[in-house]
Amino acid sequence: MSGILILEQALNGLQFGLMLFLLAAGLTLVFGIMDMINLAHGSLYMLGAFLAATFVSLTGSFALGVLLAVPATAALGMLLEMSLLRRLYARDHLSQVLATFALILVFNEAVRIVWGTDLPLAAPEALSGPVELFPGMLYSSYRLLIIAVGAAAAGLLYYLVAKTRIGMRVRAGASNREMALAMGADIPRLFTVVFGIAAGLCAVAGALLGPILAVQVGMGENILIVAFVVIVIGGIGSVRGALVGSLIVGMVDTIGRAFLPIAFGAFLPPQLASAAGPATASVLVYLLMAVILTLRPQGLFPARG
Amino acid sequence: MARLRPGAVVLGLVVAAALAFPFVMRAEGDAYYLSFASRILIYALAATSLNLVLGYGGMISFGHAAFVGTGAYVSSILLAEGVASAWIGWPAAIAASALAALAIGAVSLRTRGVYFIMITLAFAQMTYFLVNSMKAYGGDEGLTLPARARVGGGIDLDDAQTFYYVALAALAAALVALHRLAHSRFGRVIRAIRENETRAEAIGFPVYRYKLVCFVIAGAAAGLAGALLASHGKYVNPSVLHWTQSGSLMVMVIIGGVGSLWGGALGATALLGLEDLVANHRVAWVAALLPNYPQHAGLAVGLVLLAVVLFAPQGIAGLLARRPR
Repeated sequence: MSGILILEQALNGLQFGLMLFLLAAGLTLVFGIMDMINLAHGSLYMLGAFLAATFVSLTGSFALGVLLAVPATAALGMLLEMSLLRRLYARDHLSQVLATFALILVFNEAVRIVWGTDLPLAAPEALSGPVELFPGMLYSSYRLLIIAVGAAAAGLLYYLVAKTRIGMRVRAGASNREMALAMGADIPRLFTVVFGIAAGLCAVAGALLGPILAVQVGMGENILIVAFVVIVIGGIGSVRGALVGSLIVGMVDTIGRAFLPIAFGAFLPPQLASAAGPATASVLVYLLMAVILTLRPQGLFPARG
Repeated sequence: MARLRPGAVVLGLVVAAALAFPFVMRAEGDAYYLSFASRILIYALAATSLNLVLGYGGMISFGHAAFVGTGAYVSSILLAEGVASAWIGWPAAIAASALAALAIGAVSLRTRGVYFIMITLAFAQMTYFLVNSMKAYGGDEGLTLPARARVGGGIDLDDAQTFYYVALAALAAALVALHRLAHSRFGRVIRAIRENETRAEAIGFPVYRYKLVCFVIAGAAAGLAGALLASHGKYVNPSVLHWTQSGSLMVMVIIGGVGSLWGGALGATALLGLEDLVANHRVAWVAALLPNYPQHAGLAVGLVLLAVVLFAPQGIAGLLARRPR
């Protein structure tokens, strides 16, 4: 009984962690290669979800809608990079934080004007029920799909970064930008491509999480902060760090929310436990980040030696 | 560093205008704008305190709302528990925010660059979630206060005009303090650290301690702003600690002028003024393009901020000083 509960929460943690990874991977690449803090990353996640909801209701097919939303968001991301963000690479971090903070405000209002505050997006009919993983263990089939897609996307990204020519350039750019430039890598085009990939990954996460959370204005803001926690824990610029950080944060957050109140209840009087449990659970990932940064100020897997 | 040095005439005019404002508003019979002006003064104080860290100290703190919020909540909780005196509530708010800044700064200042930005942001989110879970004091619904704090001595803060002057006095004190601080030995060391931390360290200054003291002073001033803010609205909720609030304070500092004495005050006036302008003053040709535009004040703020970052990085103070870099 208790074992099944723990397994279920572990799967939820894995699912949340993989979605976090899709956001954090793009964020860490953009930061690692372009030395750019992009707060508007969460806005691309929101745009991806709204585009997916629109395409799903237009085509009547969840899969087709999501498949259309990903390239559309990637194109928007590349357009954004070429028109605006490119001007910010040479600026200090403060300017980048503020300009992309401004973009969050602009995107939020633009989405509100075009679509309104929220859109309905339901999981596909065929995946609405639970499946029996083994006797006595039921689990949401849609969440299983998320885990599968998240793992596939993570694998694809790993292949892209570790095994292909463009991935080699990305790694070269992340570890030493000037040297990569000097060796003749076409950096401006590389930046645009990386930004497009990052935006596409945002759309995958936004579209898949849409039915579980909600497709609404501002949905990208809280998850963006968690994604930042992930890349800081993992080491900024490292895709491997982003993967490990995502899984740690996903697990710690999910397990903490599920079991801390119970654990506190075992030791504390019920009144105190019911207040302290959820409070501690909600700050757990930030505490984790503070501890890791105190011990390893460059994160777990620093990209630059 | 372009710094605005208003001549004595300009300074005198600004002070006279600020002092005369409530009388003009009373003649106009306008209660809304007197209260609105008090809000601007309070945000000006908060932004000025952030400017000490951000502009003078060069520390890009993305969690300043934590200190404003701590001050707001400590003073509100005292009020809700029946401690009505501002002489207890406000110093307690200042002390609590200073302590929070000491704790957060002690850990955060060990990191550099983008890690510092992110860890201050994370700590602010922590305080946000902690306050959200304080069910005894309203949780996510916030806390409504029975009344504003009591000062005594015939000063009634519930009177809008009196409150305005108290807020003005707090801002004036902060500006004088910042001016003195910036020209003291401490201020020079802080700016030396901003310009070149390694060199300051090599000369022999205890860099970490200087930065921490700077961070704590700013946190304390933000705590006073928070206490004033809570008393002003007679209401406080967790959104005062939300990270977008930290972002707004940074926006004020940048729009006003980073590292300029008047930057925080100018920026708070510009940002809140712009929001009010969009929300409450209908312009026919904009309404023809976008009928519900007063609901989308964020769009205007976002576009203005983008323009400032791209084209006028020294902010309003930089434009006024007209000293091209």
